[in-house]
Amino acid sequence: MAVDQAQCAKILSCALERGGDFAELYFEYRRAASVSMEDGKVRTAGGGIDMGVGVRVVVGWSVGYAYAESLEPAEMLRAARTAGQIAHGGKPVAPIKIRRRKLGDVYPAGRELVDVDGPARVALLRRADQAARKYDRRVKRVDASLVAVHKEIMVVTSSGQLSYDVQPMVRISVSAVVKTKKRSESGSSGGGGRQGLSYFDDCPPEHHGEEAARVAIVNLDSRPAPAGSIPVVLAPGDSGILLHEAVGHGLEADFNRKRTSNYTDQIGKRVASPLVTIIDDPAIGGSRGSINVDDEGVVPKAHRLIGDGVLRAYMHDRLSAKFFNKRPTGSGRRESFREVPMPRMTNTLMTAGEDAPDDILRSVEHGVYAKKFSGGQVNISNGDFVFSLTEGYLIENGKLTAPLKGVNLIGNGPEALETVSMVGHDFELSDGMWTCGKDGQSVPVGVGMPTVKLDRLTVGGTDV
Amino acid sequence: MARTKASERLLASLSDTAAFTLETLEAQGIEHAEVSVGVGNELEVGVRQDEVELVKEAQSSGLSVRVMRNDRVATSSTTDLSRDALTAFVARAVEMAEISEPDPLAVPPERSELTRRWPDLDLFDPRTDRIDAERGIKMARTAERAALRSSKKITASEGASFSRSSGHSVLATSGGFLGLSAGTYQSLVVQAVADDTGGKKRAGFYWTGGRFFGELERPSAVGKEAAARAIATLGATKMETGVMPVVFDHEAARAIVGLVAGCVLGDALYRQRSYLAERMGTAIASKHVTLIDDPLIARGPGSRAYDGEGRKVAKRVVCARGELKSFLLDTYSARRLGLAPTGSSGGGGGIPHSSTSNFYLKAGRRAPESLLKGIRHGLYVTRMMGFGFDPTTGTFSRGAEGFVIENGEKTVPVSEITISRNLDDLLLGIDAVANDLEFKTSIASPSFRVDSMTVAGN
Repeated sequence: MAVDQAQCAKILSCALERGGDFAELYFEYRRAASVSMEDGKVRTAGGGIDMGVGVRVVVGWSVGYAYAESLEPAEMLRAARTAGQIAHGGKPVAPIKIRRRKLGDVYPAGRELVDVDGPARVALLRRADQAARKYDRRVKRVDASLVAVHKEIMVVTSSGQLSYDVQPMVRISVSAVVKTKKRSESGSSGGGGRQGLSYFDDCPPEHHGEEAARVAIVNLDSRPAPAGSIPVVLAPGDSGILLHEAVGHGLEADFNRKRTSNYTDQIGKRVASPLVTIIDDPAIGGSRGSINVDDEGVVPKAHRLIGDGVLRAYMHDRLSAKFFNKRPTGSGRRESFREVPMPRMTNTLMTAGEDAPDDILRSVEHGVYAKKFSGGQVNISNGDFVFSLTEGYLIENGKLTAPLKGVNLIGNGPEALETVSMVGHDFELSDGMWTCGKDGQSVPVGVGMPTVKLDRLTVGGTDV
Repeated sequence: MARTKASERLLASLSDTAAFTLETLEAQGIEHAEVSVGVGNELEVGVRQDEVELVKEAQSSGLSVRVMRNDRVATSSTTDLSRDALTAFVARAVEMAEISEPDPLAVPPERSELTRRWPDLDLFDPRTDRIDAERGIKMARTAERAALRSSKKITASEGASFSRSSGHSVLATSGGFLGLSAGTYQSLVVQAVADDTGGKKRAGFYWTGGRFFGELERPSAVGKEAAARAIATLGATKMETGVMPVVFDHEAARAIVGLVAGCVLGDALYRQRSYLAERMGTAIASKHVTLIDDPLIARGPGSRAYDGEGRKVAKRVVCARGELKSFLLDTYSARRLGLAPTGSSGGGGGIPHSSTSNFYLKAGRRAPESLLKGIRHGLYVTRMMGFGFDPTTGTFSRGAEGFVIENGEKTVPVSEITISRNLDDLLLGIDAVANDLEFKTSIASPSFRVDSMTVAGN
C-alpha cells in the first residue's frame, strides 16, 4: 500500500491529539471481478476497486470513527481529526515507532482468481452450466455466477504494531430450475473460500452444476413436511449453520458485555449435552471464514467455546476483552473500512463424536433428515433460532424415505443443544457460501459438523 | 421545495463529473452508457446505559457505470472521482465488456421514452445535515432513559442510536437523460431488554424514522414503546401445534407483502423464479387485497421521480381486489418477457434491475383490534424470523413470535413456533384488512387476517 510508516505515525498522532486510550488505522484495498451467466449466456461482466482507511479512537467504552475513501494525506488526516473528537481534554499522545509483524499464512498459495483473464473465468462458469443441463432433461434454466476478490488490509495500532495481509476469495454459485407438466422446482449449489484458482482442483465447477440440478430434481417429488416437535438428524457439513445460529452469535462477547444475550453469566455452566464440543477455528486452510489476522490486528487462534457441554469462552474483540479482562481472541471483524469492528465468528465447528452415521439414522422411528439449508437467524436475547431447509427427507423406521418441501426449523439454543443424543464420527467442513450479517455488516464465515441427532426440534411443515 | 444553494452547487459538480465520464466513454466507441454518481454524508451516534458508545461521521462518494458495446454489457464502480482515475476506470470498464456475450435484448430506452420533466417529491430536508453529534446523543439518551425508567422489569438496554444521512446524486445517460436528485433520512432506534426466567432475555425493539427530521416521533415515546414491547413478551412459551386463523400486525404483514413484491419483479419472472409468472389476469389473492407500487408519494421512503434508466414513473396497481394486473419491469426484463416496461428500474449505473418503489397493500376500513373478533383460538403474529420462502413454488414457512388469541382477545405471549402455508393460498385466505397502513418503510402493509395457517409448536 502506498502509505509509509512515518505517515501512519502522523495520522495516529493526529487521531490522539485530544487524548484517548487507543487508536487504530484500518487500510483496505479491494479489487473484485465478477461474471454472471444467465441461461447459458454471459449477461454481464463487472468489477471495481474500493480503497480507503478507517480511523478509530477509543476512550473508555466510547468509540469515535471516521473514514476516508482515498489515501490522500489531507483526507486521511481529516478522518483522524473527526474520529479523535470523541476525546475531550486529554493529553496528546506522542508518536510511536511502528513495527511490522510477521504473520502465518492459512490461505493456499497459488494464482488468484481475480488475476485470471475473463475468457478463462467464463469457461469455468460454462462448465458448471453445462454440467447442470446434462444432469437431467428436465433442467430448463441455469444461472451461474463467479466472484473473485483480492483484498489487502493493513492494520496499524497506536501501540506501534503493523499487520499486513492479502486475503483472496473465490465464490461460485449455480442455480437450476426444473420443470415438468405439473411442477416447477429450483435447486442451488455454491462454494469457494479464501483461496485462488486452486479451489477448482478439488471441487470442479461441474460439481456445483450437478448439485444444483440434483437438488431441484429431488424437490420435484417433495411432499408437505410434518408440523410439530419431532427428532431431527442433521447431515454433516452444511448443518453447521445450526451452531452458528443456536450458540455462535450468543457467544459473541459484545452481547454478553451488554447483558443482552441468553448466555450472559453462563461461563463454566452446562449449556449443552456433554456430547457437544464447539470451536471457532480461523486457521482452516482456504476455508471461507479463515483469516491470518483479524481486522483489529490481532492474530487469532482456534478456541473452544463449548467443551463437553460446558460453556468455556466467548469470542472477543479488543473492547470486550478489556471489559472481561481477557485477551482478545482475534474475533474483531468488519465488513469494510467504512465500519467499526465487532466480535464475529470465523469457522464455527462441532467436533466429531463416536457414533456411526448409519446407527444414528437407524435410531429414529419418525423424524426429519436435514441436508441443505438456505440460511438462518437468531434472536440473541431469548436464544430462539431458525434455519430454513432446502433439501430434507422424512425418516421412517430408520430409513430415508420421501423428500420434503422446504421447511423452517425452529428451536432454542441451549434447549436444542441439550437434546443432542448422538454425534457421528463423520465431521465435514461445509463448502458453503455462508455470509453472516450482524448490525448491517456482512462477513464471510465457515461452518462444519458431523452427523448429529437432536431428540426434538420444531419442524414447521403443514402436515399436522 | 426549492433546493438550497449548497445542494445546487453539489449537484452541478456531480453533473460535471457525470458529463466528463460520459464523454470519455463515448470517445472509446461505446453504443450506450449510463453513469450514476453520488455523494453522501452520514452521522451515527450510539448510547448505551447513558454512555456514548459510538460517534461515526463520514462523507462518501461513488460512481458507477453500465457500458454497452457491440451488444455486450459491463458494469463497474469506483469511489475515486479524480479525472485521472476516472479516465483509467472508463478504459477498464470498456475492456471488461469484451468478456460478455452479445445480448441483443440489452438495449437502453429509446430517446422518446426518456422523461424530460418530473415532480419535486419533497425528499430533502435541509435541516438533516445540521443535526450534530451532540444533538443526536441527547435524543438517543432521552429515548434510552425513557425505556429504562418506564419499568423495573427493564434490566438492560442494547442501546439507543440516532443516525442521519443525506445524499445527492446524478444519473446521466448517453441517450441524453440527465436527472438530479437529493434526499435525506433520519432515524432513532431503541432496544430495551427485560430478564425472563431460565436466563432468557426479552428484547423490545422500536424505531422512528423519516425523510424529514420533524416527522420523527418524540424520543421518550420511542423508548417507552420499546420497553412496553419487551415487557409484553415476558413469560412467552411455545403453543400446541394446530391449524388456526392468524392475524399479522402491520410490521409482520409488511414482510409478507415484501415476498409478494419479489414475485412480481421482472428479474424474478424471466429467471423463472416466481410462482406468479403465468398468473396475469387471474386471482392471486382474496378480494380484500389491492397491491400498489407508487414512486410518487411525497416524502415517501421509496419514492423516485424517474427510474434508473431515465424513464417516466407512475403509480401502478399491481393487484386489484385480488386480480393480478401488472408486473414491475425494467427495459431488459420487459424485453425478455415480451411486455412493455413499467419504469421500474432501480439504481442506475449498475446493472439495471426491476425494483419496487413504495410498494404497499391498500388499507381497509377496519380498526386493527377488530381483526381478532370472532377468533376462538388463533395466533397474533408480531415478528417473523428466517428465510423460509421459495419463490418458485410459493412454499412459505417461517419462525414466529406473538400472542395467542382466545375468544377474540390477545392473551399469553408465544415464541419458538413456526407458521406455514403456501403463499398463494395464504393471500387467497386473507379475509380482513385493517386501516393502520403507514408509509414508514418502502414496503408497507396494514394489519390483516388469514383464515387459517399451520402453526407448529409442541
